[in-house]
Amino acid sequence: MQHDYFPRYEPKTAVGRWFDSRLPLTRLMYDSFVAYPVPRNLNYFYTFGGILSVMLVVQIVTGVVLAMHYVPHEDFAFDSIEHIMRDVNYGWLLRYIHSNGASMFFLAAYIHIFRGLYFGSYKEPREILWILGVVIFLLMIATAFFGYVLPWGQMSFWAATVITNLFSAIPLVGENIVTWLLGGFAVGQPTLNRFYSLHYLLPFMIAGVVALHVWALHVTGQTNPTGIEVKSKQDVVPFTPHATIKDAFAMTVFLILFAWFVFYLPNYLGHADNYQKADPLVTPAHIVPEWYLLPFYAVLRAVPSKLLGVVLMFGSIAVLFILPWLDTSRVRSANYRPLYRQFFWIFVAVCIGLGYLGAKPAEGGYVIAARILTTYYFAHFFLILPLLGLFENPRPRPASIADSVLKPADEVSGAPAAAGGVAAPETRG
Amino acid sequence: MHNAIIRLLAAILLAMPLASLSYAADDESGTPHYPKNKPRHVSWSFAGPFGTFDPQQLQRGLQVYREACAACHSLGYVAFRTLGSESGPHLSADAVRALASEYIIEDPDAPDGERPGRASDVFPDAPPYPDSNPPDLSVITKARAVERGFPTFIFDIFTQYQETGPDYVYSLLTGYQDPPDGVEVPDGNYYNPYFVSGTTLAMPTPLFEEAIAYAQNADDNPDNDVPETVDQYAKDVTAFLMWTAEPHMTDRKSLGLAVMIFLIVLAGLVYYTKKKVWAEVH
Repeated sequence: MQHDYFPRYEPKTAVGRWFDSRLPLTRLMYDSFVAYPVPRNLNYFYTFGGILSVMLVVQIVTGVVLAMHYVPHEDFAFDSIEHIMRDVNYGWLLRYIHSNGASMFFLAAYIHIFRGLYFGSYKEPREILWILGVVIFLLMIATAFFGYVLPWGQMSFWAATVITNLFSAIPLVGENIVTWLLGGFAVGQPTLNRFYSLHYLLPFMIAGVVALHVWALHVTGQTNPTGIEVKSKQDVVPFTPHATIKDAFAMTVFLILFAWFVFYLPNYLGHADNYQKADPLVTPAHIVPEWYLLPFYAVLRAVPSKLLGVVLMFGSIAVLFILPWLDTSRVRSANYRPLYRQFFWIFVAVCIGLGYLGAKPAEGGYVIAARILTTYYFAHFFLILPLLGLFENPRPRPASIADSVLKPADEVSGAPAAAGGVAAPETRG
Repeated sequence: MHNAIIRLLAAILLAMPLASLSYAADDESGTPHYPKNKPRHVSWSFAGPFGTFDPQQLQRGLQVYREACAACHSLGYVAFRTLGSESGPHLSADAVRALASEYIIEDPDAPDGERPGRASDVFPDAPPYPDSNPPDLSVITKARAVERGFPTFIFDIFTQYQETGPDYVYSLLTGYQDPPDGVEVPDGNYYNPYFVSGTTLAMPTPLFEEAIAYAQNADDNPDNDVPETVDQYAKDVTAFLMWTAEPHMTDRKSLGLAVMIFLIVLAGLVYYTKKKVWAEVH
């Protein structure tokens, strides 16, 4: 975003000027994270980008140290995890931070994504920003899956078996692709070794795409709960100290939740079967992924055809790539879209419902329920969003961000203040 | 008008899966769910945010493990030296060495390929068992954390209930009973409705009343005597196995308290700083 609302970087020392004329790194940082203007009306749902950045760093730092003690071998992987838990100084802490950190990472990512859906953050001119976010999400799923295999417990082994077997649904070459992916005819040592390699690689790719994501964000500027673009200096506050301190507060509260799980419920989000060493001869009664992948697992199992299930599962994420062009409404924020706001919450409930069904055995009524919800999931994107834009009467929007904050709600273009939990923070101003 | 249509749609959308769920619950043909009986709750000393292990109980549990379980079940991740842990069984260094030396450890560097155990060794493998594969017990109380079901699992987040594994092990050990009429128990199997993957299992009742004479009951102090019952044996060995599964649990919870206090104070400070910074904007 071209901005001159707040003073840019001025090197104050001779050394600073010397450095700035050769590599303006300090300038980049200052202009991006100090003088950068953010809308003054952001609520706490906008703090999750910062939280996610911190979570990525937490995962990389704990992961690098864990990798110093972990042994990627089918005979020793499980033992090396127990070695970390018992004998490595604070190994239990590192491992519990890392395993629960994955869950917290996804929790924050889902809040971040649904915030984007609610406030229409994917709309012009932020399509690339949104697509980069979906790429990060895909990389996160892959990283989490590879990481889950590494402890080489029962669920690790069978998750690897089930997920790699999905590729056998590809016509003609499916079986060959599975053999190529596994490095053999079944999950074994070559699989574990390459998954470990990829688990170490992908987080750095995520970090790279995050850099692009932040770059794209700083070109277009942030959205805000009104969905109206920044028009004047009155609409914005400098990133530091305003956004910095607000993000820091949200981060601290998020860390309290994180610590609650790490220190008091460290195995709550995991699966008990993974404390049993992998055994190719014993299939667990229920093979289920971690909670954050359950909705996609429910979609996968909703249809009898394996190929169609795989297509739908990948489709349920791929549809996010074209979301900016499926939503025909020109109004960004759900606060001014009375119908979309209701459909949004139905969609949230449908996703949670799919998550519940993903944890249940694929039989009887559970499958029927999963089919209904899967159908709705896709209908939301392909039917409801395109049509809503054509038929919905959006509410009048305030003239500017500053207007929405500074004038009492009933004066803003005569529009009644948006009600509801999410809408509350910005009406408070 | 629009709102009415949407609410109707939402209601239908919600009702259909719920209806099919109740159908799923009634569906007898589906996969049966085990354990048949939910684990019974025990009031454990290690439960809750301030829970700690009782060293005497762990020592008794160690004795039960050695006399009743060790013939079939290994404890392959537990090193003898860890039995001296202050937050664990808290054996003296001499007691640890004496206990370790009672075991024969295979060691290719020793003159005969074997030698007496040292504190740094782990419990040696139990002898191989014909026809079945008794699991290693080192992390069994975490590996058998059976699911709690909706909505209980949500409440567990707030109550910090983490003892479903220990409850399961205790319930299994005390849950052997005569099969109800009409239930066929295969030869060499035993009926136990608390078992995780069926109603019968190959492990016979491992504990009997007064079968183990607790060392601490043999001393002159009658105050520390504990009953020598199946119930007490089961509790003691389960507590011991919880410690083997999570030997740093006490460290974890006490560090957790410090971290929580730090974060809450920090959150308060940051919140008021934030309020001050934003005061001029609002």
